[in-house]
Amino acid sequence: MTATITNNDAHAIRHAMRAAERKRKWRAFFLVAPLALFLLVIFVIPIGALLQRAVENPEVIATLPKTLETLKGWDGSTAPSDAAYAALAADLGKAKGSSAAGGLARRLNYEIPGYRSLIFKTIRRMPLTGPDGKTLSDADIRTRLIQIDKHWSELPFWQAIASNNTAYSPYYLLASLDLKQNAKGDIVRAPAGTSAFLDIFGRTFLISAVVTILTLILGFPLAYWITTLSKRRANLVIICILIPFWTSVLVRIAAWIVLLQRQGLVNKALISTGITDAPIALLFNRVGVYIAMTHILLPFMILPIFSVMQSVPNTCQRAAISLGSHPFAAFWRVYVPQTYPGIGAGTLLVFIIAIGYYITPALLGGASDQMISYYVAYFTNQTINWGMASALGFILLIGTLLLYSLYRRLSGRELGLG
Amino acid sequence: MEKIRSLKFPPYTSRVERAWHYGHRLICLLILVFLLLPILVMIPLSFSDSTLLLYPIQSFSFKWYSALFHSDDWIRAAKNSFIVAPSATLIATVLGTLAAAGLHRIEFHGKGLLMAVLISPMIVPLVVVGVGIYLFFAPYGLVNNYSGLILAHAALGAPFVLTTVTATLQGFNDNLIRASYSLGANPLRTFFKITLPIIAPGVIAGALFAFATSFDEIVVTLFLAGPEQATLPRQMFTGIRENISPIIAAVATILIIFSTALLLTLEWLRGRAQAKTVASGGTPGH
Repeated sequence: MTATITNNDAHAIRHAMRAAERKRKWRAFFLVAPLALFLLVIFVIPIGALLQRAVENPEVIATLPKTLETLKGWDGSTAPSDAAYAALAADLGKAKGSSAAGGLARRLNYEIPGYRSLIFKTIRRMPLTGPDGKTLSDADIRTRLIQIDKHWSELPFWQAIASNNTAYSPYYLLASLDLKQNAKGDIVRAPAGTSAFLDIFGRTFLISAVVTILTLILGFPLAYWITTLSKRRANLVIICILIPFWTSVLVRIAAWIVLLQRQGLVNKALISTGITDAPIALLFNRVGVYIAMTHILLPFMILPIFSVMQSVPNTCQRAAISLGSHPFAAFWRVYVPQTYPGIGAGTLLVFIIAIGYYITPALLGGASDQMISYYVAYFTNQTINWGMASALGFILLIGTLLLYSLYRRLSGRELGLG
Repeated sequence: MEKIRSLKFPPYTSRVERAWHYGHRLICLLILVFLLLPILVMIPLSFSDSTLLLYPIQSFSFKWYSALFHSDDWIRAAKNSFIVAPSATLIATVLGTLAAAGLHRIEFHGKGLLMAVLISPMIVPLVVVGVGIYLFFAPYGLVNNYSGLILAHAALGAPFVLTTVTATLQGFNDNLIRASYSLGANPLRTFFKITLPIIAPGVIAGALFAFATSFDEIVVTLFLAGPEQATLPRQMFTGIRENISPIIAAVATILIIFSTALLLTLEWLRGRAQAKTVASGGTPGH
């Protein structure tokens, strides 16, 4: 009798606890949901759409459907059939006056420079009719098209259309790595001089690496110095580091323009100390970019290193010295290794932020100092080549996420300044 | 131990080490100069009488401040900044605080992944964010107006609120909530009467971060804002690129004072947050 009651009670308690736990979980879920949904709509989906745009290839399919249909069995090495010419004329006739024509011309121009004018030239002559207003035979249309422009008799111009028969294409992604697909579908190097994205990636990487090294060289001794100070003084120095950190990036860029200009304080100091006779060009070149980026990113290096150094006991170093080690050796071989987590976190953090930089090189650098972000913006706003902008952005994003996962593994935490 | 510390150098220190000690100090002071000087040089120049941003300053005047306050472009930029940043901060703070409170209560599989997604706006390069949102928003008429800009800035600021409040909650004593429930308060009342006052410094600090993020944001703004929505950084960007005038120095000076005030408020809050979590029986926050 008693046992049954206890069992029932236990069951009831377990049941009630489970219900309470469920309720708690639902409540927590409803608290997280608004932010999750907000970021999904404002952030995750737009970036996902960007990635889709990097492989999307809609122009040829949408504007030349009949042409693609007739080219389906075409081997690519013999002349296309008369039917293909007729279909092309029909498709172009339909596209006349619509905005689709512009998109098609732009897309095909990426494949063969000069294709844009070929398309517009041909479209202007549409529709093709005989002298008496009758419809032409397919063979006549072929002759007329080749009369309009002899490029229509050349295979590469047809191959360019035929190769765009898929809604998705690796074209932009390959192009952002200076690669392309040839007529057979093999991936080959793009001809020299047509694109230089590998150079731009290399430059982005180099600038970021140099800035990372400079911030490490300046940040490490400063962080170490703070650990040797009294709490009050350390706080004061940290405030001195945080003031530039909180100051608008544009204020700091303007300040560097003032300091680095030809008659600026830096050049005056260099001349008065006799290091140079004439002012040195420090702006709108790589030097200015390095200086300003190092200045802007230095706090991102100091703070993580300092936060690790704070927890490194000084006793090991002292023990090493008391055991006969040279103080410098003790510092280098006993102290520094214990700060590696901080160095790793700071280095990766600075590098991750640096590779995405846009404003600083745009305002302080020359044409050959622009980083990958500049070209993403350039293709978005200037040439309206959204496929290319998306592909470059995609590669930048992948690089950043890979480095970030490395950062998380090394530092064992989310992004932060310590 | 105390005695050794009170000495300037331990007795066994060699001359090289002493030289190194002072050398290191000198290097560090130079690095601090490198950090602070660029900001400090702007302030005197804003009071210069000259049209050139050059030292030495010949005579002083307030004319650039007066020009600034009479410039329609700059006044509008300031107004825009004070429309966009507080709105974005409000959205980011409410959403971020709620999410932090929710995530604090439960453990589940994939929590780390969810957290990574929620803070991803801090990591993704701003150009990618800008282009992505621009191309996505454009068909819905959300570019060249305030709403798109505010939503985008809120998304960029929310992770800062989330991480700051999460850190504050780690020092939070959950027994206080149980005590509140056992005394008959419902969850809503408990949140506003118990939880929120204790984590308030963290929430305000997060809000300050979100505000500073929006107030200083330029890359996404370049994509999303039309001429009518130009914020202060956007106006500075144009000013620096076209023709850098001492008005820029005047704006810079005001912004330096403003951001330093924000920073000092934040530091003060941090001190209070630590005191509060200790008082509430938790471990000191981070």
